[in-house]
Amino acid sequence: MNIHEYQAKTLFEKFGVAVPKGAAVQTAKEFEGALAQLDGTHGYMVKSQIHAGGRGKGTFTNGFKGGVKFSATKEKALENAQAMLGNTLVTAQTGEAGRKVQTIYFTEAANLGKRADGRDDEYYLAILLDRATSCPVIVASTEGGMEIEHVAHHTPEKIFKVQVDPAVGLQAFQARQIAFSLGFTGEIFKQCVTLVTKLYQFYWDKDCAMVEVNPLLVTQEGKLLALDAKVSFDDNALFRHPDVVALRDLNEEDAKEIEASKFGLSYIALDGNIACLVNGAGLAMSTMDIIQHFGGSPANFLDVGGGATKDQVTAAFKIILGDANVKGIMVNIFGGIMDCNVIALGIVEAVKETGLKLPLVVRLEGNNVEAGKATLAASGLTIVSGDSMADAAQKIVKLVNNN
Amino acid sequence: MSILVHEKTRLMVQGITGDFGARHARLSLDYGTQLVAGVTPGKGGQVFEHNGFKVPIFNTVAEAAKQTGATVSAIFVPPPFAADAILECFDADLDLAVAITEGIPVRDMVRAKRAMAGRRTRLIGPNCPGLVTPGRGDKSSGGCRIGIAPGYIHKRGNVGVVSRSGTLTYEAVWQLTCRGKGQSTCVGIGGDPVNGTSHLDVIKLFNDDPETDAIIMIGEIGGNAEVEAARWIKEHCKKPVAGFIAGATAPAGRRMGHAGAVIGGAEDTAAAKIKIFEECGISVAATPSDMADALLRIWKG
Repeated sequence: MNIHEYQAKTLFEKFGVAVPKGAAVQTAKEFEGALAQLDGTHGYMVKSQIHAGGRGKGTFTNGFKGGVKFSATKEKALENAQAMLGNTLVTAQTGEAGRKVQTIYFTEAANLGKRADGRDDEYYLAILLDRATSCPVIVASTEGGMEIEHVAHHTPEKIFKVQVDPAVGLQAFQARQIAFSLGFTGEIFKQCVTLVTKLYQFYWDKDCAMVEVNPLLVTQEGKLLALDAKVSFDDNALFRHPDVVALRDLNEEDAKEIEASKFGLSYIALDGNIACLVNGAGLAMSTMDIIQHFGGSPANFLDVGGGATKDQVTAAFKIILGDANVKGIMVNIFGGIMDCNVIALGIVEAVKETGLKLPLVVRLEGNNVEAGKATLAASGLTIVSGDSMADAAQKIVKLVNNN
Repeated sequence: MSILVHEKTRLMVQGITGDFGARHARLSLDYGTQLVAGVTPGKGGQVFEHNGFKVPIFNTVAEAAKQTGATVSAIFVPPPFAADAILECFDADLDLAVAITEGIPVRDMVRAKRAMAGRRTRLIGPNCPGLVTPGRGDKSSGGCRIGIAPGYIHKRGNVGVVSRSGTLTYEAVWQLTCRGKGQSTCVGIGGDPVNGTSHLDVIKLFNDDPETDAIIMIGEIGGNAEVEAARWIKEHCKKPVAGFIAGATAPAGRRMGHAGAVIGGAEDTAAAKIKIFEECGISVAATPSDMADALLRIWKG
């Protein structure tokens, strides 16, 4: 689960991680009040809050450029906020449709320090799971403010990593290693050790999937601040963090994906026209792959899970049919846990209930498969049977292309 | 032989009184697996009955192991309590803990994996279908079925199968069985980012197993476990290996059902993994329907 920058920074503050002072609002009439709380000595930042990166370089569909703007005066900040709120921001990560900005976050602009070579004094810090070692890893770099993938590719020597032993947690010497690796001394060094320690505590206590601060910066007044914050949480652990669940913003999620999750279905929309309904994540992924292999284009990932019920299958069909691009459906079930006849009954009911007119190819295999096939055959519906995955994929691609 | 488990392996089920655990305990008993104990804290002394089988239930894993000689546990405990169930297996010095449970918090697994270091117990999973060593009876009955795989699709033989995904494992197994090729052991290592046993761990066991003559390795997008295994195979594996990678059409940055199936960087993609498989001499299946045939192109059985 992802949260907004302003929500992440509120959590940072609770854990003692230093951030620039800010205020988030959802309506234009709150703008002045929010700005009144802030010290504009060095100007203000006006930041669109959406769950996607690349905001600064994004463009609004009304032509306004930049989803994150420095504003020297209160008047300019108001003007920029007016241009952003309620409008749709398109960035490299949002896709063409973009995201509607429903929250504006004003912060005090930092008086950014400079390094000896004249560059901005910006750093990078992140904490995430290292899959190779199954341990948390802290990643730091002197090259802040740019994409870390770019730094890793071109100057890997400028990336520093510390692996944390989960049995004992982050040690003081490791926080010092990070601070030394960034070249800090004196007061900033001490602030960095504290910040890394608090940030790790936040990551661990709140079951984060990833915490990223880019940039982390040093001000001319000698303060270390987390200027941006990107936080995501482990979905599996949300049951023990009701405070985190309360931060979920459904406006940022696909309506069909929300609907699917209500029924315990895992659904992800894609751009193609052949919908698929599959049990098991691996099989669902490879059903998409095989549709493409035979010249079709998958419309979605949909895993009905291990113990799918008739209601879930019906819900899955309705979700699939909510996508206007869909021109055909392929059902691919290999029943390990699940009873193929339950799926068959669900399919028959769903086809009747939705009045399905699109081509439907069903491939069933596994527990109680004969009863499932008999149910489909006895239904009197036009359901094409596939003998194997390849057979089913070829049949649905042909049916869709011929229509 | 086979790897990890065989016909005589004595199994316990943690969570045998829950719907999920009970259902698969019955299927394992029907398959002929030596399911000798159940564990549900607070229900010790009760008996799990099915088709004339009477399986005693214990309060703790240690007690179940001591009283019945069970050396392996299948864990069907709900996610909030599953890591605790895994740690209890380590404490009881079992040979093997197989965690079927899906949805265990990553932090719990990070701690459990750390606690496994230096212990004798191997963990398979979590979020996995379990493992099957097929039997020699009708429809492979009489074998050791741990977890949630359909038993009848198997056939005793000489192909080892390792996969993250349950249904893709069944797909490969069924293709082999339909072509008259049996399996030594089929292992589902699970779709989570932190798991107890990797592709490479299983490949090494297959390489050393005299009954395994050939291997099918199934992987997916995310992480580098498949790549690590492929590089080892190139240098050390004496047996023919076929492979498949799922997720060629998956968009970057989205989790495809499995918590671990997400493209983070360029090396996580299906195309990158397939390229490395080919470089390492693995016969790559173009589609999931082609997994058994990809093996039979390089191995005549």
